[in-house]
Amino acid sequence: MIRAENIVKSFGTQEVLKDISFTFEKSKTNLIIGKSGAGKTVLLKILVGLLQPTKGSVWFDDINLNKIDKNQLRELRMKIGMLFQGNALFDSMTVEENIRFPMDMFTTKTAKEKQQQVDYCLERVSLQGSNKKYPSEISGGMQKRVGIARAIVLNPKYLFCDEPNSGLDPKTAITIDELISTITKDNEMTTIINTHDMNSVMEIGEKICLLHQGKLAWEGTKDEVLESEDELLLDFIFASPFLQRLRSKALSQ
Amino acid sequence: MRLISDFGKFVGWLPEIFSRPENLTMYYKETIRQMYDIGIGSLSIVMIISGFIGAVTAIQFSYQLEGTMIPPYYIGYIVRDMMIIEMAVTLTSIVLAGKIGSTMAAEIGGMRQKEHIDAMEIMGVNTSAYLVMPKLIASVVIIPVLVTIACIVGIGGGYLAAVTIAGFTSSEFTRGLRSFFIPYNVVIMYVKAVTFAFIITSVACFQGYFVTGGSVELGQASTRAVVFGSILILIADLIIALILMS
Repeated sequence: MIRAENIVKSFGTQEVLKDISFTFEKSKTNLIIGKSGAGKTVLLKILVGLLQPTKGSVWFDDINLNKIDKNQLRELRMKIGMLFQGNALFDSMTVEENIRFPMDMFTTKTAKEKQQQVDYCLERVSLQGSNKKYPSEISGGMQKRVGIARAIVLNPKYLFCDEPNSGLDPKTAITIDELISTITKDNEMTTIINTHDMNSVMEIGEKICLLHQGKLAWEGTKDEVLESEDELLLDFIFASPFLQRLRSKALSQ
Repeated sequence: MRLISDFGKFVGWLPEIFSRPENLTMYYKETIRQMYDIGIGSLSIVMIISGFIGAVTAIQFSYQLEGTMIPPYYIGYIVRDMMIIEMAVTLTSIVLAGKIGSTMAAEIGGMRQKEHIDAMEIMGVNTSAYLVMPKLIASVVIIPVLVTIACIVGIGGGYLAAVTIAGFTSSEFTRGLRSFFIPYNVVIMYVKAVTFAFIITSVACFQGYFVTGGSVELGQASTRAVVFGSILILIADLIIALILMS
């Protein structure tokens, strides 16, 4: 479980996040949605401890992220996996070396055990046989999957995904969403996804938080999205003219 | 003002760099890789520059010797001490500030911009230590070796120029080479080499690690690594000379 309590973040005089509180449950895919500039990335960076909140606190189960020292933070981070928007794969390493890196750094596993874990992770993301390829030799979708494989290699308790579908075609995006959702259930992780992809919201959003101008504007499940009358939520979901026309047509009938 | 604030930031950063490694094997492998990159990667340029500097020193001294009462064998003595005390270490270090300083700043800065550093931090890696400590150790070990090679090649260059161009005999040069040798000068050379190695690497890593913005800022950080590194080398050169030679 991850809990944010009264998070405020300011850069100079500009308040980017305004008193945000929520709880994200274990084994669920939790989504943070909102327009560009709403504060999603800043919030995600605060949740993983890359940024300090101006006020408020973040709890990982019973650990207060903002009250622990650097060594405790590093220990906690070993339980965190993260998929970056740009994948953040190390260019000079092969797919296998990228996935193995956290194990090399933090475990005393034998070479054989590491190889088995790498192969298992690659199988989970359907990338068997890509071990020796470099990130530049595989597609964007495959890079995302390698990013997921690296994020789950140490069996984390918490998974963070920043815009996992950005730059992907709709079909590949759905595959990535399903993969994250399945892994979340299988590994009993608390997963937080930062996205503005409406397909993700409607397919895998078990809990959804809408950020608007730095405030938590709405929260609920994907089923509640369909029934909601919240103006900000509807404005975000039916942002495209095509969807607006569809909605008008549906309402008129 | 920014210089003072950067210096404070750097001093505050040092304990992070020298904190306990998460995994000694990984740090060892990275240190060896850096040693190879710095050492083998810079060997040819260091040898070319030091060879020519030794030759130029010999030619210029022979020009100044003309019409004086100074014995000709002094050529070997002057070339040797010029190389040991100043030329080999300072010029090699300034060249390395350009070559490896810019590379390190660009490498670490690129990792910052591509979120590689954030990715490592979230894995639990102490990125200040993992990215900087191996480079510092590699530099402090390998740059004195490069300086030693520069010194030998420089004296060789001086010998060739003195004998083939400036008209000195081989015995004159070697006699000078063996005269008035002060071993303490070699100690000074290594003190300078280790100090300059620390300056080159720490300045470059600092510029790269804390880079913000895009490719323009990365280019500026890389340039600052070279410029600040070179200036600090010259300042340190003066301070070491004042302390160790006065």
